[in-house]
Amino acid sequence: MLRLDSVRQRYGDHPVLDGISLTVPDGQLLCVVGPSGCGKSTLLRTIAGLLPAHEGTITVDGTPVTGVPERLAVVFQEYGRSLLPWLTVRDNVALPLRRRGLRRAARHAEAEAILERVGLSGVARRHPRQLSGGMQQRVAIARALVCRPSLLLMDEPFGSLDARTREDLEDLLLEVHRADGTTIVFVTHDIDESVYVGDRVVVLSHGPGSRVVRDLAVDLPGERDQIGTRGLPGFVALRTEVGRAVRHGE
Amino acid sequence: MTADRRRAHRTPEGSRTHMSRTPDESRTGQARTPDGSRPGKALASDGSRTCPAPAVQNSRSRSRPARAAVPLLLRWSVLLAAVVGWEAAARAHGSVYFPPPLRIARHAHGLWFSGPLGHLFLTRAAVDTILPSLGRMAAGFVLAAVAGIALGIAVGRSRRAYALCNPVLQFARAVPPPALVPVFVVVLDFGTPMQVASIAFSALWPVLVNSAEGARATDPLRLEVAAVLRLTGPERLWFLVLPSALPRIFAGLRLSLSLSLILMVFSELLPGTADGIGFTLTDAQTRSDLLTVWSALMLLGVLGFLLNTGLLAVERRLIGPGRSS
Repeated sequence: MLRLDSVRQRYGDHPVLDGISLTVPDGQLLCVVGPSGCGKSTLLRTIAGLLPAHEGTITVDGTPVTGVPERLAVVFQEYGRSLLPWLTVRDNVALPLRRRGLRRAARHAEAEAILERVGLSGVARRHPRQLSGGMQQRVAIARALVCRPSLLLMDEPFGSLDARTREDLEDLLLEVHRADGTTIVFVTHDIDESVYVGDRVVVLSHGPGSRVVRDLAVDLPGERDQIGTRGLPGFVALRTEVGRAVRHGE
Repeated sequence: MTADRRRAHRTPEGSRTHMSRTPDESRTGQARTPDGSRPGKALASDGSRTCPAPAVQNSRSRSRPARAAVPLLLRWSVLLAAVVGWEAAARAHGSVYFPPPLRIARHAHGLWFSGPLGHLFLTRAAVDTILPSLGRMAAGFVLAAVAGIALGIAVGRSRRAYALCNPVLQFARAVPPPALVPVFVVVLDFGTPMQVASIAFSALWPVLVNSAEGARATDPLRLEVAAVLRLTGPERLWFLVLPSALPRIFAGLRLSLSLSLILMVFSELLPGTADGIGFTLTDAQTRSDLLTVWSALMLLGVLGFLLNTGLLAVERRLIGPGRSS
């Protein structure tokens, strides 16, 4: 379980997060939406232990976050920068396995298995730059999943992909989430995406000093599909509500 | 981006005199002019590759088709034309001071490259002249490279160390390297240790400064990725910092290589040396043997070219397909 208790964050004199309190139960896929520049990424980096919280506490399974927590993985938006271009796809994915003390062959086997799972077979020996954007982000997702995280943070992971690729990856994410039951915090500025992907949507207010202005449960059927789900009256009502909160939230 | 690139590819003079430099540009300027003196032909022959901008992956892939636009034969044709022109002019003039290149080549061949097959065609004179020079240069360059990369990465990884060391580095590399040779002569006396020390000390600064810059410019997002993946310190160095810095390290190594060649010759010009290409130069000069002087000059040019080509090959091998595609 992830708990945030009145977390504040600032850059110099500039307040970014103004008291965020949230409880994310195990296995939940929480979407965080908000206008750009509202501190969504800062929130994610604070949870990841990359930025110490200015005030307030964050706990993962009861342990306060001081550094990067165990069994945490992050997928960043900029796959081109987050992957290491000088390593092959397989070596990128196998990188986090080194600290588990696995032998080289075992690391490769595991990396290839996870690559297959995210729909990438036959590209293990290529370099990231030789793949399309969508495939690169799949590699980044594979690298995040390879150490079986209990908490997965995603920072606008599909923000720079085209519509069709984005839909495919949203479905991949849902599939992984259903199968593994990983707790996921998914940051996005796309209202439709947040409602489609999330079990719950939290809306942050405009900066400076963002707060949670809306906390909505998404009660849509668990099985989602890109055409059907987006046509449901419940979906339309939710996206309208989230959209209004993002636009007028203060 | 394109504007930056154009500026970054300009001549060193251009970027040095320009008033408002972009960070890219000033770094390029540093990489090319470690000491204010012109770094020599190794650089000039391949100036475009010393562009160590952060976007080096892009510029690399984009400069490749541009270079292929001039076919191999055509690229060498200018050099060929220059040599032919030189030959014709020297023959027409008939001066003893400026022998035609074919005669120089024949002389050099007879002097150094007409030995037995078992010695790779090297004559005794070649073994006594070229090998000691190359040995000193290799020793000095390798010492400088190892120390420069290690110290540079260490300095570049720590913001505080960089801030503290930067003034020292700027000062040290601003001293024209040959000016330090007298100091080494006094400290170490004439001989190979003095020569190796002069070469190593001069070649150290470009690779050190560039390695530090390269390590400092590691993508902050990738450092966050390394933190999230919980890489150990050595893993982070090996998988992230070193590969990130590699283009800059090689920019520094190329400068260091040409400085090594300069210092090798310079330290051999001094009295007290008994062998080496530099010694051959002064020795031939005292005997007014201009053919040998010109041969030694040509040999130095060819050596510099070959060494730089070798270094470029190593660079291309290390900065592999992941970077260029």
